[in-house]
Amino acid sequence: MSTGIKHGALFATTVEVACTVNGRPVLLLLDPRESLLDVVRERLELTGTKKGCDQGQCGACTVHLDGRRVLACLTPAVHARDADVLTIEGLADPDGTPHPVQQAFIDQDALQCGYCTPGQIMSAVACIAEGHAGDDDQIREYLSGNLCRCGAYPGILAAVRQAARATAEG
Amino acid sequence: MRPFGYAAPASLAEAVEALAAGGPGTRVLAGGTTLYDLMKLGVERPTAVVDIHHLAELSGFDTTGRDELVLGAGARLADLAEDPVLRRDCPALAESLAKAASQQLRNSATAGGSLLQRTRCGYFRGGPPYPCNKRRPGSGCAARDGTDRGHAVLGTSESCVAAYPGDWAVALLAFDARLDLLGPGGPRTIPLSALHREPGDTPQHEHTLADGELIVRIRVPVTATGRGSAFHKIRDRESFAFALASAAVAVRLGRRGTVQDCRIALGGLATRPWRAHEAERTLLGEELTERSALLAGETALAGARPGTHNGFKVALGIRTVADALRTAGRRAAS
Ligand SMILES: Cc1cc2nc3c(=O)[nH]c(=O)nc-3n(C[C@H](O)[C@H](O)[C@H](O)COP(=O)(O)OP(=O)(O)OC[C@H]3O[C@@H](n4cnc5c(N)ncnc54)[C@H](O)[C@@H]3O)c2cc1C
Ligand code: SF4
Ligand code: FES
Ligand code: FES
Repeated sequence: MSTGIKHGALFATTVEVACTVNGRPVLLLLDPRESLLDVVRERLELTGTKKGCDQGQCGACTVHLDGRRVLACLTPAVHARDADVLTIEGLADPDGTPHPVQQAFIDQDALQCGYCTPGQIMSAVACIAEGHAGDDDQIREYLSGNLCRCGAYPGILAAVRQAARATAEG
Repeated sequence: MRPFGYAAPASLAEAVEALAAGGPGTRVLAGGTTLYDLMKLGVERPTAVVDIHHLAELSGFDTTGRDELVLGAGARLADLAEDPVLRRDCPALAESLAKAASQQLRNSATAGGSLLQRTRCGYFRGGPPYPCNKRRPGSGCAARDGTDRGHAVLGTSESCVAAYPGDWAVALLAFDARLDLLGPGGPRTIPLSALHREPGDTPQHEHTLADGELIVRIRVPVTATGRGSAFHKIRDRESFAFALASAAVAVRLGRRGTVQDCRIALGGLATRPWRAHEAERTLLGEELTERSALLAGETALAGARPGTHNGFKVALGIRTVADALRTAGRRAAS
């Protein structure tokens, strides 16, 4: 059986990964044990993405990978290979104008401590883009992966409703 | 986490070869939402990892076939959940996906990886000082004299009472899904019903795949019964929680409203995805009524052996089956 793999070199303990992060090309030499969350926070110093549980249970670490929302804590960083990563830092306009979902969170006072907020916003942006923000029940269901210890849910719901409507009227 | 060698093969054939080359401690990585999570917890300790998440060969799916649905093992749960054909012709399958985990997780998680997700037993995940036979064979089972509220009531053993946590495999089991596998010994096809093991004396062995064997695709026979199907899932909160009890059921009704075909599979209640054949037989030729639906539920749970804190799952399981049958019956009649 020959498929041209060199077995000696097959299993690497460091992996070179090229990707973009918030539009910027990045070249990383990764230990395959690293999570996308730790790479974004510790190596790229983009600390807007939060670590809540580190076990997939809270949504605080939500980022977009090739336009889809994922949990950075359960994403091996090697899965960012050739991908576009978007974090909360890349959401606003370059001139500083907040993204409509960010603005809606401000308008609706949709946070208390703010720890869950970057994840909520990244999740909400994707939720609207997916077409899953049609009514309150659907918003609740499709944002259920983002917990808020402060219980700011009514404000979060109102913010997503506002942003979804603005997008629809767009 | 201990260091491991990482390979990202360019094709399925290379992946199989890499798995063989890596030897016994080698694991397949798909979305990582089970494997990587458990590696961070120190439960899984592979020496080498073969990543298949990027392989386009595995991630496609086709639901337009007349005879069967063909679903690549790498297909993302979020994409499958949205498929219009699945939603129309086999709502139980689509619902089992839409009700699993969260949208973020469904964007990463795959059709094949979901089948092999591991139990959420807290002693298994947490580890020492608690004994766990699944984690360290022969060490004992902390759940049997501990907190077993979420644990199984069907298919348990002296060694382990951990519930199989997934939704997708339960729905697939109701529809007699088959798995195409590829390993060092070549390709083979097995029924999904032959994938999972009951714990017995060896709870550490959860499935029947050979070393280095990959799930390539899932094939589901198309049946008219699919339209009259439902996946009902009861959880501690309304969304984003594992099943305390779930039922994937399907019925086809004859002209007089009697049941011609019936499928019942249970989740959250058993140590593996659980098909309730005897319960199905109680409904054949009968009208689907409140009474007959409850009887089917009672039959499905007849062998239940609850532990200390999970006795409620017996009544809950019975009613989950009955409620699912009511929804399925309504769909079958419309
Ligand atoms: C917080 C949280 C909540 C969740 N809630 C739910 C829920 O409500 N319902 C539910 O059903 N699930 C739930 N899940 C589980 C989730 O669905 C699974 O983790 C996921 O489906 C696994 O798929 P994956 O692609 O990420 O697999 P991985 O983690 O990559 O792999 C899982 C296992 O399968 C093996 N494997 C993967 N692909 C293949 C293949 N093609 N061939 C052979 N072996 C393979 C791996 O080696 C590993 O052992 C939840 C998970 C989390 C973290
Ligand atoms: S129920 Fe199974 S997984 Fe949980 S502690 Fe007992 S042996 Fe371990
Ligand atoms: S930190 Fe990722 S889900 Fe909680
Ligand atoms: S605002 Fe505090 S956790 Fe949500």
